[in-house]
Amino acid sequence: MIGRAVKHRDSALWIAAMVHRISGLALAIFLPFHFLTLGLAIEGEARLESFLRWSDQPSVKAAEIGLVFLFTVHLFGGLRILVIENFGWRDGQKQLAALAAALSALVAFAFLMRVF
Amino acid sequence: MNVRLYVWQRATAAVMAPLVMVHIAVIFYATRHGMSAVDILARTNGSIAWAAFYGLFVLAVSIHASIGVRNILNEWTPLPERRVDACAVFFGLVLAVLGLRAVAAVVLP
Repeated sequence: MIGRAVKHRDSALWIAAMVHRISGLALAIFLPFHFLTLGLAIEGEARLESFLRWSDQPSVKAAEIGLVFLFTVHLFGGLRILVIENFGWRDGQKQLAALAAALSALVAFAFLMRVF
Repeated sequence: MNVRLYVWQRATAAVMAPLVMVHIAVIFYATRHGMSAVDILARTNGSIAWAAFYGLFVLAVSIHASIGVRNILNEWTPLPERRVDACAVFFGLVLAVLGLRAVAAVVLP
């Protein structure tokens, strides 16, 4: 019974919906901190610069790569939803979801190569 | 989610799609030699174009994220709907205020 109730969770499209939701939630949590960081410029350029030098640590850069992935996966996942809802149904929805994940991984990897 | 919120959610998503792509391009450009406050502020200080771009981005994301958070609270928590609405409005306002403050911080000379 329980197995049948959660069977849909094996679906690539259920996973795509969950990735979209979790990435959106993570970005929503990150945004206030991002805005507060940029707001440091109110106290002067030196204050912002000192934060940016702190963010040079490898662990912070690794977190930034994760954020770039979440940002792009939410973008491409969102575009997929807009296409599904506003254009005629097409086959290959799972392939579109996989493409969204692959493109996001590529962008995040390109960012990794850039910052390390 | 009612129809009005659904339309706002999708409309802000459509507005933000090109803004996000430009923002990702800016992230890559800004990190070409490592990020520095001098470079960031040299680009944004006094720029009406960046103020409009990021001002619109902040307003759209505040609406979009608060509706998304409302959906998640509604579906994943036992909170009553009125409290969920209050949380979502509060979160949207916090994002809008902090975001516009951040835009002002990097744009105003």
